Amino acid sequence: MSDTDVTDPDSGEAVPVERLDPRHTAAVATLSERLADAVLGHHSERGELWVRVHHEAWQQAGYALRDDLGCRWFDFLSAIDWLPSPFGRDMDAEQDWPATGPPARDTAIEHGVTGGETRLQIFARVQAVEDNPGGGNLSVILKADLPNENPAVETWIPVYAGANWHEREAWEMFGIAFIGHPDLRHIYLPGEFEGHPLRKDFPLLARRVKPWPGLVDVEDMPEVAGEAGS
Amino acid sequence: MTVTEREQREFIAAAAADARVNVELETEGMTLNIGPQHPATHGTLRIVARLDGEQVVAAEPVMGYMHRGYEKLAEVRTFPQVTTLINRIDWLGSFANEVPFILAAEQLMEVEVPPRASWIRTILFELSRLANISLFLGDMGVQLGAITPVFFAFRDREFVLNQIEAVTGGRFHPNFDRIGGLKDDLPKGWIEDTRGVMVKMRNFCDELEDLLLGNEIFEARTRGVGVIPADVALSYGLSGANLRASGVDWDMRRDNPCGLVHDELDWKVWTHPDGDSFARYWVRLQETREATYMIEQMLDGLPAGPVMAKVPVIIKVPAGEAYVATENPLGVMGYYVVSKGDLGPFRVKIRSASFNNISVTPWVMRGVYVPDVITILASLYFILGDIDR
Amino acid sequence: MWTLAIELAYWQQTAIKLVVVALVIPTGAIILGYVFLMKMMSFMQSRLGPMEAGPYGTLQLLADGVKFLQKEDVFPRRADRYVFALAPVVVLVSTFLLFVVLPVGPDAVVSGLDAGLFFALAVASLSVIGVLMAGWGSANKYALMGGMRAAGQLIAYELPLVLAAIGVVIQAGTLDLNKIVLAQATGEIFGWGAIGNPYILTQFVGFAIFLVAVQAELTQPPFDMPVAESEIVGGYQVEYTGFRFLFFFMAEFGTAFAFAGIASVLFLGGWYVPGLDPTSGWFNLIGPFVMFIKIMAVSALIFWFRFTFPRLREDQLQKLAWKVLIPLSLLNIVVTGVLKVLV
Repeated sequence: MSDTDVTDPDSGEAVPVERLDPRHTAAVATLSERLADAVLGHHSERGELWVRVHHEAWQQAGYALRDDLGCRWFDFLSAIDWLPSPFGRDMDAEQDWPATGPPARDTAIEHGVTGGETRLQIFARVQAVEDNPGGGNLSVILKADLPNENPAVETWIPVYAGANWHEREAWEMFGIAFIGHPDLRHIYLPGEFEGHPLRKDFPLLARRVKPWPGLVDVEDMPEVAGEAGS
Repeated sequence: MTVTEREQREFIAAAAADARVNVELETEGMTLNIGPQHPATHGTLRIVARLDGEQVVAAEPVMGYMHRGYEKLAEVRTFPQVTTLINRIDWLGSFANEVPFILAAEQLMEVEVPPRASWIRTILFELSRLANISLFLGDMGVQLGAITPVFFAFRDREFVLNQIEAVTGGRFHPNFDRIGGLKDDLPKGWIEDTRGVMVKMRNFCDELEDLLLGNEIFEARTRGVGVIPADVALSYGLSGANLRASGVDWDMRRDNPCGLVHDELDWKVWTHPDGDSFARYWVRLQETREATYMIEQMLDGLPAGPVMAKVPVIIKVPAGEAYVATENPLGVMGYYVVSKGDLGPFRVKIRSASFNNISVTPWVMRGVYVPDVITILASLYFILGDIDR
Repeated sequence: MWTLAIELAYWQQTAIKLVVVALVIPTGAIILGYVFLMKMMSFMQSRLGPMEAGPYGTLQLLADGVKFLQKEDVFPRRADRYVFALAPVVVLVSTFLLFVVLPVGPDAVVSGLDAGLFFALAVASLSVIGVLMAGWGSANKYALMGGMRAAGQLIAYELPLVLAAIGVVIQAGTLDLNKIVLAQATGEIFGWGAIGNPYILTQFVGFAIFLVAVQAELTQPPFDMPVAESEIVGGYQVEYTGFRFLFFFMAEFGTAFAFAGIASVLFLGGWYVPGLDPTSGWFNLIGPFVMFIKIMAVSALIFWFRFTFPRLREDQLQKLAWKVLIPLSLLNIVVTGVLKVLV
């Protein structure tokens, strides 16, 4: 560790000092104050602040972001399925692989920034819009781990009205229930659709039925006269 | 404040409409399906509107007729292949779709893009804004019944498309942005041609200002129609001109610069306090004109150098998560890219502007008249590919 | 005068008149459609318009007409078949009747009624019934809304149309369209009678109101809510195809032609050209040409508005009719009446 680095108090990792924005430190402090020990981790990189909270504090964290940190602009809400795809990338055409052949299939769940505990992680991003014109506004990406059985979380509609459709999408694509959502029904897919397409164990059937076209589909080269049969 | 007054008036109208339907049971409301095949939805959006006479009691957009599942498809493609998909999200300003994704990948790879590439990227970014918004400026007229502006729009948009085509080879889906820079440099003579096009676009803006903005009927149809106060706009995540027309002085290009060169240019963010359809049209018109000045400045200050950084042939993006959003023609478009050090992304969350912009319609369409539904839809300006992804 | 020397039997006259009226509507519709809808609009929008069918695309509308005739005659399944089929005919009949009283010469008129103006404005409103039938019979929500909008609009604009014409009637002292022309031909402006007294000079307010009301009667932009293609996708015409749609099309442009004719009779001196003797029989020959030029001039104005303005909203349209046009035309009548007595 060099002299310019400091240690992140939560993760214990060395963080280059220029990546720690003072506003981010203050924001994390405010959130910790409001949510007590529900703040499970945070990460600051390239001007973004990631905060992981407990899923039971999800709605409360939303209120804290909006009222205490002034992040009034709702960007998006979605989820990540951290399970490595059981189908891997084996649906790719062979020439898309590097020379070493298909990558080894890893089944262990590896989480991204701020870590995680379970398979499904919900995340949302909100931003303050008028606090710092020209210099980059404060924005927070909030994450929460959801239980593997019956993933559910409180709705954000009372906090950010725009969360309505995003939660419908997350419910449809990941099977996450939103407690208190008035209108949880399909948004993109037909009403009788079964399954949650963006979960990693949902096969992309188009790829299973027909392999990705690559060199296999290319017309044969015309045989050069004289070399026929070679 | 005028906005709250209007809001109040709309609320009263909505409540009155509700009351009429509920109390006078003998007047049965009518459910009108606007779309999916309807000229005003330019695509396959469907609005289920419950009517009381000509007044809308409740309107609910139904989409998904064009859902292509790009988030799932991106997971089985390599990073360079993804740009082909995301070109099709907002198909009128395609190049602008590629930029945030490429920027996110570059952030993860920590690639330094040569300055010339950044400048040309920004020029093309703003050109796709012109190509996109100029169509809106004409289309709004058609939705309100004036047929002439759209022909002007198609005429002058052609010049912009020609310039995009001259560089990228594609008029609609350039697929020109690469991780680390651009595919090619500008062709010879392009800079001078583009200057001429910018003059034409400004003339087009003047023409429309005369033709539509000064027209009493246009004002009567748009002023006070579809008022979205700033609070509502923020909580619904509206972005771009829709947000600025509600009086929020916020532009990603100025406030959150991320790899593009807007912060080195001299330009102005236009806002309008009213938040109605007229304000949205007005702001977009000013932005179009502003974009032409921006492009002219960039043509003057274009630095020399290569347009491509050194990147490996087989692109593997290091593990990490990055979110990059830019101020696209339709509003803020962002990509949350999760990489696991693989050839392709592990998860791509596409934050498209129109999805949020249209999600406000059930709120804003209560109590308006049927023609106002069309006005509001047109003024919010969505591209269906941008909603359905 | 030789033009009147030929004596025809009643049935022969009737046959000729029928043929003339039957020819005038498609011809008028095609001329207006070609000159204004296709060419003038195209030039205003910096494009060429049709160029392939015939020289400069002159035969385009004939080709379109043939195309319409070839199409299948489709009935929506739940439509009221008889009402649906009859509606375009009713609309077209109202257009036919308009031409009955339109004079193009001192004697060149199908039927010179004493209450010609009254008749013309009365039959013009017949088309409302056809439009309502189309809207109701189509069994389509858009068509229903279009029909209702059209009914409200046509009735609302009937009033300013009639009231605007009353100013002329007061000044001319007659309802007979031919006598109105003669009154303009022999009139004097402060004792100067070189160009007669076309009422557009004294009744300019009436002329403006008349044109606005005509625009609304024709359901053209800025008053095209009954057919607003971006809102209710054609309104009462939405389910019509083939020759039934052709009927609507011909009726629209035929009515435009007829209304432009009535406007030129009322305000522009009709078939009269200044400097000639209005009682001369020659006007039966040159009258149609004079009328044609005046009709084209008025139509150019009507279509110019059509291509320029956005569409009003339904409530704004009613507001304009009841709060602006009708009070204004009533005021015009009062002023005209007072001046008529005083001067």
